[in-house]
Amino acid sequence: MTNKKRIYLDHAATTPVDKRVLKAMVPYFFSKYGNPMSIHSFGVEASFAIDKARKTLANFLNSKTDEIFFTSGSTESNNIVVKGTVKAYYEKFGKNALKPHIITTKFEHHSILNAFKTVEKENLAEVSYLNISKDGLVELEELKAKVKKQNTILVSIVYVNSEIGTVQVIEKIGGLIKMIRKNNIYPLFHTDATQAINYFSCDVLKLGVDLLSFSSHKIYGPKGIGALYFKQGTPIKKLFDGGEQENGLRPGTHNVPGIVGFAKAIEIVSETKKKESIRLIKLRNHLLDKILKEIPDSSLNGSKENRSPNNCNLRFKNIEGESLVLMLDESGIACSTGSACSSSSLQASHVLLSLGLRAEEAHSSLRITLGRNITKHDIEFTIEKLKQSVDKLRKLSGNVLSDYFKKNKVS
Amino acid sequence: MAYSKLVMEHFLKPKNRGIIKNPSGVGTVGNPVCGDLMRVYIKVKKNKADQKIISDIKFETLGCAAAIATSSMVTELAKNKTLLEAEKITNKQVAGALEGLPPIKMHCSNLAASALKDAIRNYFQKNHNLK
Repeated sequence: MTNKKRIYLDHAATTPVDKRVLKAMVPYFFSKYGNPMSIHSFGVEASFAIDKARKTLANFLNSKTDEIFFTSGSTESNNIVVKGTVKAYYEKFGKNALKPHIITTKFEHHSILNAFKTVEKENLAEVSYLNISKDGLVELEELKAKVKKQNTILVSIVYVNSEIGTVQVIEKIGGLIKMIRKNNIYPLFHTDATQAINYFSCDVLKLGVDLLSFSSHKIYGPKGIGALYFKQGTPIKKLFDGGEQENGLRPGTHNVPGIVGFAKAIEIVSETKKKESIRLIKLRNHLLDKILKEIPDSSLNGSKENRSPNNCNLRFKNIEGESLVLMLDESGIACSTGSACSSSSLQASHVLLSLGLRAEEAHSSLRITLGRNITKHDIEFTIEKLKQSVDKLRKLSGNVLSDYFKKNKVS
Repeated sequence: MAYSKLVMEHFLKPKNRGIIKNPSGVGTVGNPVCGDLMRVYIKVKKNKADQKIISDIKFETLGCAAAIATSSMVTELAKNKTLLEAEKITNKQVAGALEGLPPIKMHCSNLAASALKDAIRNYFQKNHNLK
């Protein structure tokens, strides 16, 4: 295992830090290590770095500089969005106000889904989860029907799904929400754009979002730093008590090296986005087409067209995903069954089940996510090893599944 | 979550995989919702001491690495054992023989001994011979 070449195909889980990003960060560990809230020269240079980084992020999103708030990552940003908007609602309308209604989809990341479940459990909000089509898309008609006149305060829809890579029409939804709310503040529109930054436009004005979460480690930046965009005037309350950092919305000493690295990563994405998307679509389609053609009983999960350039999520009949991941790992190929966050759970992926797949189909799925360092050669090698692994595992499983269904008369 | 070296060995190079034509008994456990399905085939013969032993054993498993490794291990443990001995093998023993399983896998994917028991029961049923 030690000397073998390894191919990393799990870029939706995390990405390596770009060397240029690390280089930009280094001074903020050793020479410019001041606390940006300090007034001496050490503080000033750190504070200057944060301002510059904020400007870079704002430019990328086409937002104002003071609409960008640094957090520890998308999980925190998403928690602030869900819990902070509900909190702001009660602070404005009082404890006896009509219970607010919040909407999301059935296949969000756990940081949204579980935050929704928490406010629901605490009886703070009424929640709705939108269905997902078998292509992995939200139906606008259903959203329209679910939005209630008075008390819907938040609609949160993931831009690119982390497991199956399907892309939602955020701009259209943004337009729809604007039409619904007319001159009112509510409902607010949030998108978790964590998986979208690398490949899709995140112009907040064009998208019509009030809130947008994103993270550095998915875009070749360091882990532990992310941000939340929120439009000026959006009613939201902080979750942590502490100092005055980030306008009091997110107290805690700034992660200065992280912020600097995050901004550098954004800069690189802006420069390379177009070219890299085209390269990856070509590479991904080659991978996808060849697998579907050469491995019998294999299918794609989710739409091929409305899909992130780096994502390939397939299922293989008579295979269990974890076995396939481990067998590929033995050949030096790293991919996953679903999101890394749920790999220690034995339940079939909620994302795949939301597409209407049966449990055994969800269990038979594999996610391959490409990235910057992946070459055509890597892809060819992966296809070969995948063919061998599927073959080997199918020899092990024989007909147990079809016999089970015959015996139990389920289909 | 990491598997022991032994689990990985049995997963990557499983022993006794496949089927037995005209088996003396077959046992199947698990369900597709959990993601693990195991089937064990046994061939029963009498040894020189006139005891019934498992002379051959094979398995087919659809499941995670733990499911495959435990299937492989149980076939190794049961081979050439008398039916009475083989029947006493527990799922816990199988996991122990593999130097343990991650806690989350202990329950769901550790069913191989149950599949073996099921195969032995099937043998007795077929032979109208309750021990």
